[in-house]
Amino acid sequence: MKRIGVFVCWCGTNIANTVNIEAVTEAAGKMPGVVYAGNYKYMCSEIGQSKIKSAIIREKLDRFVVASCSPRMHESTFRKTAAAAGLNPYLVEIANIREHCSWVHKNKGEATAKAIALIRAAVAKAARDKELWATQIPVEHRALVIGGGIGGIQAALDIADAGFEVDLVERTPSIGGHMAQLDKTFPTLDCSACILTPKMGEAASHPKITLYTYSEVEKVDGYVGNFEATIRKKARSVDLEKCTGCGICWEKCPSRVKSEFDEALSMRKAIYIPFPQAVPNVPVIDRASCRWFTREKCGICRKTCPAGAVNFDQEDEVLQKKYGAIVVATGFDVLDLDDFGEYSYGKHPDVLTSLEFERILNSSGPTGGRLLRPSNQSPPKNVVFIQCVGSRDKSRGKPYCSKICCMYSAKHVILFKEKYPEAQAYVFYIDIRTAGKDFEEFHRRAVEEYGALYLKGSAGKVFPDGDKLLVKGVDSLSGHALEIEADMVVLATAIKAKSDAPQLARLLGISTDTHAFFMEAHPKLRPVEAHTAGIFLAGACQGPKDIPETVSQASGAAAKAIVLLSKENLLSDPCVSEVNESLCTGCLACIKVCPYSAITEKTIEEKIHGKALQRRVAEVNVALCQGCGSCTVSCRPGAVNLKGFTNEQIMAEVDAICL
Amino acid sequence: MKITRDNLCSSIVKEIAEISGENVAGCYQCGKCTAACPVNTVMDILPHQVLRFLQLGLVEALLNCNTIWICASCFTCAGRCPRGVDLPGIMEALRLILLRKRGFSRIKAGVIPRVADKGMPEQALVSAFRKYTR
Amino acid sequence: MSVNLKQGPFEPLIIAFCCNWCSYAGGDLAGTGRMTYPANVRVIRVPCSSCVSSNFILRAFQRGADGVVVAGCHPGDCHYTSGNYFARRRFLLLQRFLEFLGMEPERFQVHWISASEGNRFAAVMTETTEKIRALGPNRKLRDTR
Repeated sequence: MKRIGVFVCWCGTNIANTVNIEAVTEAAGKMPGVVYAGNYKYMCSEIGQSKIKSAIIREKLDRFVVASCSPRMHESTFRKTAAAAGLNPYLVEIANIREHCSWVHKNKGEATAKAIALIRAAVAKAARDKELWATQIPVEHRALVIGGGIGGIQAALDIADAGFEVDLVERTPSIGGHMAQLDKTFPTLDCSACILTPKMGEAASHPKITLYTYSEVEKVDGYVGNFEATIRKKARSVDLEKCTGCGICWEKCPSRVKSEFDEALSMRKAIYIPFPQAVPNVPVIDRASCRWFTREKCGICRKTCPAGAVNFDQEDEVLQKKYGAIVVATGFDVLDLDDFGEYSYGKHPDVLTSLEFERILNSSGPTGGRLLRPSNQSPPKNVVFIQCVGSRDKSRGKPYCSKICCMYSAKHVILFKEKYPEAQAYVFYIDIRTAGKDFEEFHRRAVEEYGALYLKGSAGKVFPDGDKLLVKGVDSLSGHALEIEADMVVLATAIKAKSDAPQLARLLGISTDTHAFFMEAHPKLRPVEAHTAGIFLAGACQGPKDIPETVSQASGAAAKAIVLLSKENLLSDPCVSEVNESLCTGCLACIKVCPYSAITEKTIEEKIHGKALQRRVAEVNVALCQGCGSCTVSCRPGAVNLKGFTNEQIMAEVDAICL
Repeated sequence: MKITRDNLCSSIVKEIAEISGENVAGCYQCGKCTAACPVNTVMDILPHQVLRFLQLGLVEALLNCNTIWICASCFTCAGRCPRGVDLPGIMEALRLILLRKRGFSRIKAGVIPRVADKGMPEQALVSAFRKYTR
Repeated sequence: MSVNLKQGPFEPLIIAFCCNWCSYAGGDLAGTGRMTYPANVRVIRVPCSSCVSSNFILRAFQRGADGVVVAGCHPGDCHYTSGNYFARRRFLLLQRFLEFLGMEPERFQVHWISASEGNRFAAVMTETTEKIRALGPNRKLRDTR
């Protein structure tokens, strides 16, 4: 027979005013299995807890129920009380007679009857509680960072500085990401490369960081503390060890293709480094445009390489490594403007996206930093900047604000006017959003010092007019429809999630929001964690962000990863599912509903009539299971149970309430 | 309407900036000046629109509006402007441009004792002279 | 058995299965905000609406409940990512099944109540109680042994 104790809390007058404590205590004392029922003014106080402890010893209680406030409030308190008195902490149940009873009902008779029913349910559940023990899972002390932009670099550096091994995987031939493409950064006008390249170098030379550039994560298995990732190192066709980065190969290469790094505004070779400060400073052969690989001719790079580093026979290399934590920092893409024909983008060379404009401003860009019109290489006198191109547009673009465009457009105005003080900048905006340190001041400088004419409204059409562009727009403040003759039009194009973000999310078992940005575990309180334990998010892959925000989120994600990696073992919540193998029929319906891929199949051997038979059953990985209980319902023979919330326990609660 | 750099920086725009000493780009069109103006109901172009028109270089409309003459130079707008723009100074500049062009005074010192009532603040008289005399 | 079957007018017994992360917390918030609703509602805490088996609901009706509510996080907001989608699909079927048995559809309801919707929690519980009070005691599925 169970020996259950019931402790009814008055919560001062919070419960006692609406619930007849004496009547409840008396009724509780008569419930099946209850050997002791008492009450006290504040059960959660030191005195209240010591009353519980002494009752446990005096009455030889083997489990107890506290009728008090919400379990979300003090369940952990009373579990500690149980542990202090030598009971397993999971032999405690809470009857919520405050939030769910005394506070929401006025009639004392009704509230008392309800309190008794709630306690009866808790007693019935407690009678079926079993001792549960948290299990320990070992932690692999290495982190995987996916994405080598500024977010990934920062996270890798922070984790490595804490003393843990980090593997940084980048898809393109060099780390650096979008920040490497930028000319200057707002609001300080620091040269982007000047602040980024030292970090790139630091990441490359850090003894704890291994760079895997031109590589992709293909598969991730496992769970928090014990991920196993498959990384494909694509064939570079150049030996990383032998190459000195002298550049003879790409000088001699006869194949020319549009440069991705320069947003297709310049040409690169088939053997190339994406930009001069690339890390590692080792070229790759783009096999799709290389004459050797397409026509088996040429081979000039191999002939001319003084180090003999070019290797046409190199093959992809597939690595399998274990990680304790993963930081995802895969960044963003720029929206495709195919649906925005009114801006003549793609039809006229002087209509550019902001990222293209950024390359034109940049001294290592296609024009060597001279800001000239792509159509005729003449200096522009009038430049129209159009903001919210695709942002805040729920019909053709993205409904969200891309966050950085107001600021980089102000930056573009300033950089343009610095080069051509006599020229005029026009900016069409819907709202100006400058929430950030020194942002508003920076924007006002563009208006007041640099004389940019900000026009509230949008541009309706951009069309070629002789060698100019005619921009038709509106200034809604004065109510005038406008026409501006421009030499160049720059479109602040919306930021969107990487087009393959959903695939990566599936691979990692994390979720994406409606716009394919990765979802944080909690928008306010867990902004750098993914829903899946052990996976952390940094940068624009989680939503539009500027550089400082990306860097701080990356450091936050790194800190979270360090907390995880610095543990020898992880304690897991014991309230997880378990499979009764003798009941399991091996239908594996549970696998389909599990959101954490925590259930796998295994084969067991049993002896039936002296014969050894093999049978398929489900198995729960306690490290992955988060205890939702979805599988318990999917199980037809009822072989799966959630510990702490077993089918039997919930059924007993139903019965007790209906009594 | 076509907007060009030439009309944004026309000589008359520069003259207004010179007389008033104000950079109209400082205004971000919150409309506080209009909201605070005690005589806004009878103006044909509202005070904040005066600034917007200037930002767009639309001086002609301003020289033909009644607003600059209705403005009592009470300085409420300037006192409340979060950007510190001296709108009364700009109104004054617009008036001066017209008055200098016309070259005559519409008010004589001699008529003041007849038309002014005793409670009239001295500032109003000063303002009236600034507005209506050469 | 109904709340006070012995004497007085009919008072329905309603069992509410609430997920720990949203609806149970919403119920807590209703309490903190002192929003009143009828005492006929008794809440059973479960980790997720997806762990509420149809068996529990049938058992409740069998043992004398006049109405059952399952409340979980709003679709898309499930603490466990996708649990409430399974619950939604499962309970749609159960609802059809109960209707097929001749039970009034109001007796079994599924609601999405977030942790911040204390007022909604109270409103849903009040509304449900009133509806079921109007319907009278449930006689379908009841264990008459």
